[in-house]
Amino acid sequence: MRLYWNYFLMELKSQMQYKASFLLTMVGQFVTAFTTFFGIQFIFDRINGVDDFTYGQVLLCFSVIMMSFAIGEMFGGGLAVFPDLIREGNLDRILVRPRSILLQIIMPNMDFSRLGLLVQAVIVLCIAVPVSGVVWDGKKVFVFAMMVICGSVLFFCLFLLVAAVSFFTIQNLNFLDIFTYGMRDFGKYPFSVYGDVALKVLTFGIPLALVQYYPLLYLLDRESGVWYAVSPVVSLLFAAPSYWFYRFGLKNYKSCGS
Amino acid sequence: MTAELKVYFSMFRIRFNHNLQYRAAVLGAVLKGFLWAVMEVLGYLAIYRIGGDTLPMELSRTVSYVWAHESFIVLFSVVFGDGEIYSAIRTGEVAYDLARPVGLYGRWFCQSASNRLSFALVNCMPVLILGALMPKPYGMTLPGSAAQAGLFLVSALLAFGVTVAVAMLMYVSLFYFISQRGIKIMVRVTISFFSGGVVPLPFFPDSLRRVVELLPFGSMQNMPLQIFCGNIGGVQALRGIGLQVFWLCAMVFLGRFAMKRATRKVSSFGG
Repeated sequence: MRLYWNYFLMELKSQMQYKASFLLTMVGQFVTAFTTFFGIQFIFDRINGVDDFTYGQVLLCFSVIMMSFAIGEMFGGGLAVFPDLIREGNLDRILVRPRSILLQIIMPNMDFSRLGLLVQAVIVLCIAVPVSGVVWDGKKVFVFAMMVICGSVLFFCLFLLVAAVSFFTIQNLNFLDIFTYGMRDFGKYPFSVYGDVALKVLTFGIPLALVQYYPLLYLLDRESGVWYAVSPVVSLLFAAPSYWFYRFGLKNYKSCGS
Repeated sequence: MTAELKVYFSMFRIRFNHNLQYRAAVLGAVLKGFLWAVMEVLGYLAIYRIGGDTLPMELSRTVSYVWAHESFIVLFSVVFGDGEIYSAIRTGEVAYDLARPVGLYGRWFCQSASNRLSFALVNCMPVLILGALMPKPYGMTLPGSAAQAGLFLVSALLAFGVTVAVAMLMYVSLFYFISQRGIKIMVRVTISFFSGGVVPLPFFPDSLRRVVELLPFGSMQNMPLQIFCGNIGGVQALRGIGLQVFWLCAMVFLGRFAMKRATRKVSSFGG
């Protein structure tokens, strides 16, 4: 554990060395999320809602997904170095060390500038909460926390899956971005607006609707079934096949470096 | 002059063949563009279900806009995989480039243009065809008349030029800043937003839209995409194209000037 902590501190310190650079990147992340926010704003200046969700409820969805993405990517985004590690043969060096392989890759590749995205998501949340029409109580706050936490885990798993694919392809397949960056963009509306097919895929395939659409119905008192409240936790089942796929890829890994 | 043109042309050919090599990557890029556009169209359909007539663009036009945007996205991105140029600046290899008998501005301009064009030809055109084949509310409408198609082609070419010229300005700025990543993120985000990459410009509040349209942003992807989907036509389109010509000249002039200043006292890193 000490080792990983040291990795973590080392990375934090080294990123802080170039303060201007770090700040600029962080501001960039902050502005990125803002453009999406303004996009929503411009559209909802003209209309009142989408399907039966109001502006405030859309913003709530947006902030949940943004927060989840920011946290998930802070930890998992570094896995994008996988194809490079494999191509250059550096993965072999990691494999021979008697420590967790995943943590050895994650810890030195954390990207703290993602905090900019997180800050922005929290701001949007502050705007959304009073206008969302949710009557908050202890249970609902808990469900909301679970939405963000489980959402972060889901996004991390998605980054892991995308990285694990490169065990087989070597090349970086950027079309898989649609499952990570794409979902961040599309998550701005409740997933039900994309139609039945998309909702089914996002429920049973990539269960992001379980941390966004279903618990939202619970928060809005439209559904009171216990399944709607615990759906974020159910989505954690997704971690099992993701991890299995990663292990499977690792087992089949043949070095191609020199 | 002709010798220089030949150099530029062969640089383009090398790039083009290189991009054709990776068939799986091509397939992936097409799939990504297609799925991305479908999701975005579905989102707009939901928005139009509620407020169809209060929105500034007709539904079919917005849908065509989305498809065209997704198809030509690479052509009109200021920040794109110009890895050679970034690393030349970072590592100091730019010193070699300066020693070559081809002007640095022309060389990089051409390199950036061919990176985008060759990628777009292979990866993005299929998305356009798929978009045209989709059934009615989801699919796009191709330009109806030869005049509209002609205006689109001219405008697209100019917008492409402005995009690359702005990218050149960004490269020059990297001579002064060390943080390439920060600059790239900032530039990508602001330009994509103000040129209509997040929502089309007609959705902007009126006062903001009028200002943005006059700035270089309006002369980038905004103009050809709006002509493509039929939102702008006739005299208005011609006026827009005039503005594009102005910004293309201004950006190239500014870029050449800035590069001359930057390279006069270049202090390169690396040994």
